[in-house]
Amino acid sequence: MADLLTLSNVSKAFGGVHAIDDFSLSLPEGAIQGLIGPNGAGKTTIFNTITGIYRADAGEIRFAGEDITAVQPHQAAQKGIARTFQNIRLFGNLSVLENVVIACNMHAGYHLADALLRLPAYRRAKAEAEEKARGFLEIVGLQDKAGERAASLPYGHQRKLEIARAMATGPRLLLLDEPAAGMNAEESRELVDFIFRLREQFAVTVLLIEHHMDVVTNLCERCTVLNFGRTLASGSMEEIRKNPEVVAAYLGGDEA
Amino acid sequence: MLNAFQEGVVVVVCVNLIAVLGMSVLTGFTRLFSFGNAGFMSIGAYTAAICSVQLRLPFPLAVLCGAAMAGFIAFLLGSLTIRLRGDYFLISCLGFGECVRVLFNYTKGLTGGANGYSGIPYRTTAAVAFFCAVLAFVIAWNFIHSKYGQSLSAIRENEVAAAANGIDVVRCKKMSFVFSAIYAGWAGGLYAHYLRHITPALFNLGKSSELIITTVLGGLGSLTGSVLGTLVVQLLPEFFRGLAEYRMLFYGIAVVLVILVRPAGLYGYREFSITGAVRFVRRLGKGDGQDG
Ligand SMILES: Nc1ncnc2c1ncn2[C@@H]1O[C@H](COP(=O)(O)OP(=O)(O)OP(=O)(O)O)[C@@H](O)[C@H]1O
Ligand SMILES: [Mg+2]
Repeated sequence: MADLLTLSNVSKAFGGVHAIDDFSLSLPEGAIQGLIGPNGAGKTTIFNTITGIYRADAGEIRFAGEDITAVQPHQAAQKGIARTFQNIRLFGNLSVLENVVIACNMHAGYHLADALLRLPAYRRAKAEAEEKARGFLEIVGLQDKAGERAASLPYGHQRKLEIARAMATGPRLLLLDEPAAGMNAEESRELVDFIFRLREQFAVTVLLIEHHMDVVTNLCERCTVLNFGRTLASGSMEEIRKNPEVVAAYLGGDEA
Repeated sequence: MLNAFQEGVVVVVCVNLIAVLGMSVLTGFTRLFSFGNAGFMSIGAYTAAICSVQLRLPFPLAVLCGAAMAGFIAFLLGSLTIRLRGDYFLISCLGFGECVRVLFNYTKGLTGGANGYSGIPYRTTAAVAFFCAVLAFVIAWNFIHSKYGQSLSAIRENEVAAAANGIDVVRCKKMSFVFSAIYAGWAGGLYAHYLRHITPALFNLGKSSELIITTVLGGLGSLTGSVLGTLVVQLLPEFFRGLAEYRMLFYGIAVVLVILVRPAGLYGYREFSITGAVRFVRRLGKGDGQDG
């Protein structure tokens, strides 16, 4: 299978901190791949560099064959990369539905004049966006909360809403930054099923940062372990678990 | 139908409402503060006046030119300043507004300088002003509820998340800035054709502050709130004539109180709707309406 995303020798430093250092990764289309590593290893920085929030100091990032090393965040989204955030970033004062509608708007085909004059093209596209958004709320089971303020939702629902919003942009690649954070074992299991269903239904490729090892083990075919911004190990879950360096640096404590 | 005093009140309320609606889109929905919108009003007023008097353009076209000129200048200014962080952007707008005022003071040949520009025909009747205000409200409403307006709210709520959902933050902010300038210019053009004589001092920093204060009082993120705010700020001094000199003092106190007691403003982050009002009254009737 062709690689959807490749990072080649990407580096990013903040002052003296080498957050990611000569990092490479390739992600085949249709895969669900894990990215794990201790706190401060540089996992979130990799997401931020892929999505254009940070500009890589060195190296190249390619997405679907195209060089995206220097894109702006909104361009990354338009090219088909969606993400969630480790510290949830919703449009807090807006309704749950509006949060998803805004993501659907990326594909709404009407112009300023249509909107200002309320022409049929605008009304049609607006109704479509709303219907599509309701569909995504249903997928994450939040259809009954459509009218509520996003910030008023409980934490678990906020995470689901963020995934619904990301999926509503119609991505080819979904980056999930610790989706199971704060979830109990039962909720984590549901999340695993849910992510499998997303891949089935939308043919989306997933790169996932996660500290819950059971989630990673159940979901991912392959996994990359990061330490101090460098790849410590990469391979199938089986290989990772047997890798003595990984066990020493990361898994050591909680696998025992 | 209306006497001269009533006619004047209607015109002043409607003209200010148009400028405030522009401010509301910029500040209430995008969370960008501009202390320079009086500058755009004055660009609109002078452009429209000159188009009317010197170029003898018909009134609607003159006002349109004023609005377009304000929008064009905002586009240029915004290209330079919109990337600045919020507080720096605010200061740059403040500087811009004062620059415009001083510039009009010194270009005597074109604008009449500090003595003002006179001989503008009287065209902004109460009916015209009211029609424009309704039109401005409808257009702003459509804009805010379209994907463009929703993008602005998204930017206000979380810039990083907005960009991650495909919104070009810089472009949308600039659009919001130009929108507010066009509205200010529109208001200025109408105002010139009501006053018949305009001076640069009419559009000073005090006027810019008044626009912001009205928007904050009415409620950020609410167009109907802006209507309410404009009515309060423009009408109260008419009822308390003797206190007119102190109006800025009262606004100042009112804003401090609002920010302390009701940070969202009189009517923030929601729009007035008939069905909502009916529900509210019903709830009051049942005696459990404490959360309003
Ligand atoms: N904007 C920034 N400015 C300065 N330093 C940063 C910035 N972003 C990240 N860093 C640093 O880069 C390193 C990697 O951070 P990053 O957030 O990528 O880690 P992480 O692997 O996601 O950790 P965690 O598991 O805690 O989320 C850390 O040392 C962090 O302090
Ligand atoms: Mg992180």
